[in-house]
Amino acid sequence: MIRNLSARELKSLFLSPMAWSLLGVVTIILAWLFLVQIESYLKIQPNLVARASELGVTDLIISPLFDSSAMVLLLITPLLSMRLLSEEFRTGTIQLLLSSPLSTQQIVLGKYLALIGMLFFVLLVTALMPLSLLFGASIDSGRLAASLLGLALLLASYGAIGLYLSSLTEQPAVAAVSTYGVLLFLWIINLANNSGLFDWLSLASHYRPFLNGTVSTGDTSYFLLIIVACLLMTIHQLEQRRGRG
Amino acid sequence: MAALIHISNITRRYGDLCALDDVSFELQPGEVLGFLGPNGAGKSTAMQIICGTLSPTSGQVIINGADLQSDPITAKGHIGYLPETPPLYPDMRVDEYLTFCARLRKIARSQVALSVEKTKQRCGLAQVGSRVIANLSKGYKQRVGIAQAIIHNPRVIVLDEPTSGLDPNQIQEIRDLIKTLSQECGILISTHIMSEVRAICDRVLILHQGRLVYTGPVTTVKDSALLITLGQESKWDYLAQLPGVSHVEPIDQQRFRLTLSGSTSAADIAQAIVAHGDKLYELRPDQGNLEQIFSQLTLGETNP
Repeated sequence: MIRNLSARELKSLFLSPMAWSLLGVVTIILAWLFLVQIESYLKIQPNLVARASELGVTDLIISPLFDSSAMVLLLITPLLSMRLLSEEFRTGTIQLLLSSPLSTQQIVLGKYLALIGMLFFVLLVTALMPLSLLFGASIDSGRLAASLLGLALLLASYGAIGLYLSSLTEQPAVAAVSTYGVLLFLWIINLANNSGLFDWLSLASHYRPFLNGTVSTGDTSYFLLIIVACLLMTIHQLEQRRGRG
Repeated sequence: MAALIHISNITRRYGDLCALDDVSFELQPGEVLGFLGPNGAGKSTAMQIICGTLSPTSGQVIINGADLQSDPITAKGHIGYLPETPPLYPDMRVDEYLTFCARLRKIARSQVALSVEKTKQRCGLAQVGSRVIANLSKGYKQRVGIAQAIIHNPRVIVLDEPTSGLDPNQIQEIRDLIKTLSQECGILISTHIMSEVRAICDRVLILHQGRLVYTGPVTTVKDSALLITLGQESKWDYLAQLPGVSHVEPIDQQRFRLTLSGSTSAADIAQAIVAHGDKLYELRPDQGNLEQIFSQLTLGETNP
């Protein structure tokens, strides 16, 4: 049942030019950043060799690439998530789902998994770039795997936040704008001062350790907490809506 | 036989506005129940509550023995619902959409293709299976909406203004379809077209300002009353003397309502008038009852 919902959602995403144009834009921008990193690496490589530095391609190309991917994908996720529920409210198709023998959990999970499917497709495209370095350099595969896991968790959190905000409004644009607001705010919240709470709340401070190859329970559970909380709030919101009309 | 829909004391408030006030009724198998009421009377709200897309402020809905509150999945499995605007995904093709709906309604995997084909035949959609819904005309969209509601052979079919926006031929097709469907299940249909109610419904409920103000069979049409139109220069005083006429009520210069007694038929009256040498322009059974009831109930009182 959940699969049926997700399949429909993914199909309609890929039928619209939206998904394709976003994928295209993301690929071009990330590829450009990737090339820039490679170029600057090649420039300083003789220096590194001369000083017997421990820094390699993983530090100087892959980590910066993942760092920028997090930001670029922050810019596209709201555009993918905004329509998930708000469009259904606006056009009345939610009535079809609500009058079918489905639980609210199934509706929410179906929508969420479709979004995750799309985002992981983007992740795959992103992952191909560092992997292409395997042709000419040796990379730290453990660290790459950690970075990929970190980015996957980050994207799943972006998606969950986007889905929740999409359940609050009938206007996709409002959902997108508020998702941008929340995501950017969570990204920069630790810039304010070095207070522990702000630092803990920040997406960035939990994402960066993954790029250094550190997979910690604390960081992983932070992301899982965001995902679970947002999904539960979405389910609650959908049920509230039925009561409110 | 147990009722298909059993509703007791449903109340629904939107803030201060009371959209439905203590409404109770039942729908029996094989029955077509017409839901009448002026706009804003609470028809759509009641239908949404029955289909579980809106929860009542208080009251109980039982669908084919399953309580919609405590066992929503079972209860919703028995329902097919067409909301006021058909819930269509414009970017899908008709076949894809119906397949999606069939799966949503938990039709066994092996049966899905068969149900889609059968439903398309029933709703006259066989020609448009591969068309994108956004490009269909309004009539076809409405039919796709009906198709999604009946695809899983539900016991209860709830149709919110199913014939709105259709041309007369399509309306007739939909009415025929509804009649066929009603042999197997109970149908609740909302409309504000009186002739539609007369054409397809067995029983009628009239809602006004959230309250159920009338329920009764549609066929209260008295066979014993006729409306006739005579020529302009006619003298009508002979009408009362015709055999079988018990009362004559002039409506205007040419039109009269005749109340008949005993087994007098319309043919007898026609013959008698012509035999009298008068010109008979029109003769039809008096069906004004429902309209009268409706306007009395919904215009007679207006809340401040």
